[in-house]
Amino acid sequence: MRFKLHLHVALLLAAALAVAAPHARAQGAGVAYVSSEKDHTLTMIDLKTLAVTGTLATCKRPRHLQIAPDGKRMLVACAESNAADVVDLATRKSVGRVPLGDDPEAFDFSADGKTLYVSAEDDGELLMLDAATGKKLRAVKVGKEPEGVKTSLDGKLVYVSSEVASLVHVIDTASGKVLKNIAVGKRPRRFAITPDGAQLWVTNELGASVSVISTRDHSVIDTIQLSLKGARTEDITPVGVTISRDGKRAYVAMGRANHVAFIDVASRKVTDTVLVGKRAWNLALNQAQTQLWVVNGLSDDLTVIDIAAAKAVKSVPVGRVPYGVVLVE
Amino acid sequence: MRPLRRRPCLSVTLAAVLLGALVVLAAPAARAASYKVTLIVPDDDPRLERSRSERAYLGHPTGAAADALALALDDAGFELEAAGAQLALETVRVADAQAARSAAEKAQKAGAAALLTDLDAAGTLAVADAVKLPVLNLGDAADRLREQDCRTTLFHLLPSERMRADALAQTLVSRKWTQVLLLTGPSPADAMRGAAAAAALKRYALKLVASRPFKLSADPRERDLANPLLLTGNASYDVVWVVDSDGEFGRALPYRTALPRPVVGDGGLVALAFHASFERFGAPQLVRRFAKATGRAMTAHDWAAWMAGKALVGAAVAAPKGPLNAFHKALAEARLDGYKGVVMSFRSWDGQLRQPLMLGDGQGVLALAPVDGILHPRNALDTLGADGPEKLCKARS
Repeated sequence: MRFKLHLHVALLLAAALAVAAPHARAQGAGVAYVSSEKDHTLTMIDLKTLAVTGTLATCKRPRHLQIAPDGKRMLVACAESNAADVVDLATRKSVGRVPLGDDPEAFDFSADGKTLYVSAEDDGELLMLDAATGKKLRAVKVGKEPEGVKTSLDGKLVYVSSEVASLVHVIDTASGKVLKNIAVGKRPRRFAITPDGAQLWVTNELGASVSVISTRDHSVIDTIQLSLKGARTEDITPVGVTISRDGKRAYVAMGRANHVAFIDVASRKVTDTVLVGKRAWNLALNQAQTQLWVVNGLSDDLTVIDIAAAKAVKSVPVGRVPYGVVLVE
Repeated sequence: MRPLRRRPCLSVTLAAVLLGALVVLAAPAARAASYKVTLIVPDDDPRLERSRSERAYLGHPTGAAADALALALDDAGFELEAAGAQLALETVRVADAQAARSAAEKAQKAGAAALLTDLDAAGTLAVADAVKLPVLNLGDAADRLREQDCRTTLFHLLPSERMRADALAQTLVSRKWTQVLLLTGPSPADAMRGAAAAAALKRYALKLVASRPFKLSADPRERDLANPLLLTGNASYDVVWVVDSDGEFGRALPYRTALPRPVVGDGGLVALAFHASFERFGAPQLVRRFAKATGRAMTAHDWAAWMAGKALVGAAVAAPKGPLNAFHKALAEARLDGYKGVVMSFRSWDGQLRQPLMLGDGQGVLALAPVDGILHPRNALDTLGADGPEKLCKARS
């Protein structure tokens, strides 16, 4: 009897939660996490007030951070700890570590979330690791200093950029074979995939450009040369890139040019440039696609842009040498 | 007369046969070009004697140029393979300029695609004049190689003395340390570099309050030349600029001046192509890789050698199937990533690699040049060293 009652309550609760989920804010939501390379902490910013609410101690030299596909945990790759910190988003607490191999920079999850793909800079390898234990499943030799890592939408491929070789490696996730090396601009960095999966965009930090790659045949179909009034090409060093959910617009942080470029995906033309802080680095969009959060590596702050107005709303001081940002809504 | 005329005939035939054999041999290789490059270094390099290299004076080499070159080629293994190109490095040691010339001729005959030198100015010129190939100068900063003695085939990876002096002068301008006391050593290199320092002071409107010669000596009769307190006394200045190609005097000068003023030049704050403590633009990864491979910290000279390797790799990747002149064209037009945050390229007017310089004291990098606010009509990097309109290299203008 008792057991049955409990079951009923549990079912009721589950039903209530299921109904509430899309509307109510999950516990621990409403915060942005910003990693800072020199503080070994994540700075937390309230999404409503845009005020710093505190810091969270993490592993050493945190850089790339991403929410796991289950939506409950966030992984923070730490270069000097050779591990990822696992942060529970509900409690906002570090709950464990996953070994990531030597000097991890960026990573992505497999489609099922069970495998991690990590660029190991010093060894020039893409590591495939068990996401729960960090056990090494496979190491794929790539060009020196691999940087950006992105899993294709169907999960069959993983793309890795090599800073030294100026190549994008196309790797088969099942076999670990390098299927193709795509020559792109100088010092390729980060990726974004259009929502239809047809195009892969990669920023070329020293090419002042973005290479647009067709995912069908992995050929470069266009190179968008970035320019900015009053800035020289050498000062345009794009790194962070993201594409809106509707696939219409791309946002590219222009590095030392201290601006973010809004690019129309269809015409591949820059429509707006917005002044932010020094060395605009990585960026993230909010769910409503109304705000762009930009991390500024050389001014130790983060700029929130109102997308409709194409204007910076606020700059928030964060930790030393900020690297990346994740919004938990 | 007759026998003499027959001989050329024979050799022509022989040459034709050899050529035919070569064509046959070369045919399969034409698909993937294999470029050979030869590095020519001094046989007994006084710069690398243990007593010197252990001191690790800033701006001096502490190990062989081949180390960083090998690393650059090794780093590029994947890139070269992907492009279907090969690059092989050979190192030749020579006793003098004459031997350098023979080594260069021999390398050209053996089919080298480019030569590299870590020799003094005379040695590098002997090599450049012996061959038609591009010659990458790794280790000599002499301005004359970029000016009156320049060559169309010479490329320089290490910044020139004038670039280093300009970088330092710009830094003094940015700090508003305008009153400069110049101390210059006794060697011919000191005289040359002292002149470069004085010219940079003039270019940036800094005031030379006094210029004094120094000498490394413990002889009490020479104390006016050797005692830091006497050398830096009886004058008013913001900063002491010491020109000391040897290094020992300059290293011991900071904290020993009559007035409590900073030392720059070859002691204190030094302008360098690179320093292992540089933290930005991915440099720590390079420094770590180099230390892992060689067991020492990367110096400015190592960086220049590594950069030469990158330039050669870039050319091989751009022309993986040859021909050789495509490789040479790609080399001259190289756009290089040297972990200093900007793209670097060779100046068309003197073959010098334009690059930012680091201002360091051996413990850290304290500033970069060109400094913010010093402008140039085309590229701010060209505020360092000889600029195009000066037309100082007649061979290239």
